[in-house]
Amino acid sequence: MATSRDDFIIAIRSAFLKKGSKQRFSLIGLIFSSVFLIILNTINFPLINYLKVALNEVVYRSSFIVSIPEQKIQDLSNILTNHFVLYSKFESTKKELAQYKINKLETDFIISENQRLKLMVEEYIFNTDELFAKVLIDKKSPFLRSIILNRGSKDNVVLGMAVLDGGYLIGKIIEVNYSTSRALLVSDLNSKIPVSIEPGNVQSILSGTGKDKGIIEFMHKKKKIEDQSIIYSSGSGGIFKAGIPIGTITTNDNDSEESVNFFSDLSQLTFVKLISFKKEKN
Amino acid sequence: MTTKLTTSLLNKILVNAPLLLLFISVFNEFDFNYLNYKYFSFNFPFILIFYWSLKRIESLGYGYIFIAGLFNDAVIGFPIGLSSLTYLIICGFAAYLKNITLRPSLIKDWIYFLFTILVANSINYFLLVSFFSIEVNYYEISGNILFTFLFYYIFGYLFDIYQRLAFKRKND
Repeated sequence: MATSRDDFIIAIRSAFLKKGSKQRFSLIGLIFSSVFLIILNTINFPLINYLKVALNEVVYRSSFIVSIPEQKIQDLSNILTNHFVLYSKFESTKKELAQYKINKLETDFIISENQRLKLMVEEYIFNTDELFAKVLIDKKSPFLRSIILNRGSKDNVVLGMAVLDGGYLIGKIIEVNYSTSRALLVSDLNSKIPVSIEPGNVQSILSGTGKDKGIIEFMHKKKKIEDQSIIYSSGSGGIFKAGIPIGTITTNDNDSEESVNFFSDLSQLTFVKLISFKKEKN
Repeated sequence: MTTKLTTSLLNKILVNAPLLLLFISVFNEFDFNYLNYKYFSFNFPFILIFYWSLKRIESLGYGYIFIAGLFNDAVIGFPIGLSSLTYLIICGFAAYLKNITLRPSLIKDWIYFLFTILVANSINYFLLVSFFSIEVNYYEISGNILFTFLFYYIFGYLFDIYQRLAFKRKND
């Protein structure tokens, strides 16, 4: 019994404390270094933030270069897929376009009416900064849905800026480095955005699922949501302006939760728009 | 002279190929996530680190594994030091197994690998959830662990072949 315990201790000691023939560091020393870094992270030690920014600058650029071959393979696969479904897509797009032309006229009228009403209540929200950014890295990790952009603090990117693909909201800036930044996508499990569901002006929270869909959380149970209702940012909290389209709701009778299909294809992002909003009184 | 130089360069590449693969995998995160299969993903660095720590740690080196962990944290947006800790725990388990094993076999290594990744992932996600309040999807993690475990056998077999070819001359 005592011999087997001794063997165990010897094996553990040899594994963790001994340096191998070509090893410069012992395993236990490096484990302590990692733990030390994690502790500094939890207490938000200022030096660790500088280290993080420097590391991110190097790693993001390197990762972009290393990912080029895989990106090319993905692009080729997308081109081939698009080629095979070209005709059916053309037919459905033609029908959609006809419908959009009708809707456009109605929308133009509503926009002008909305602007007039906002002026009447003496409050107006407008864009302060708007810039375009290239997506450097788009990692679909199962644990984190985020993108790395080639704009940072030198381009006046700030935390909380809205990230748009076309006119659709796709996320917000959560990390800013000198020349790069990270945006958390709306599909991430940790993303919570106050939204408004139309028709009905139902206020709720859109949460990511870590997959390509979102879910509606914290909604009043009595409110009935129609299938294909549209989700817009509600503007609560003052981070985003109200009315940026995000996606449509798919209701399922078997499931109590409403799932959200995003307007934008979050796996095909190449260029995005960064916008910060400021509330101003006229 | 030229032949000698080419042979020495080729030898260097062969010896350092696992390290190169480790850095490419942490920078690129290649795990076929873009295939969009539900719950399908696997952690290639775990397989690589466990196998080479067990068979030939000189090919990776603990210092480089620590740095690879820091790079991985930066790429996937985890707090700095977390992946390094996970990778080094895997190294520790592998080094322990190496010390107690007299007759190595891929099947035993494979079963032990499952225990190792369960412990390493538990520590990793416990720290993420408790200290950094990051939400994680446990179904995704379970899928990731399962596929990492299953793929170990395939990659272990391939690495065995590679090892026999690349280090044959040195081991003989």
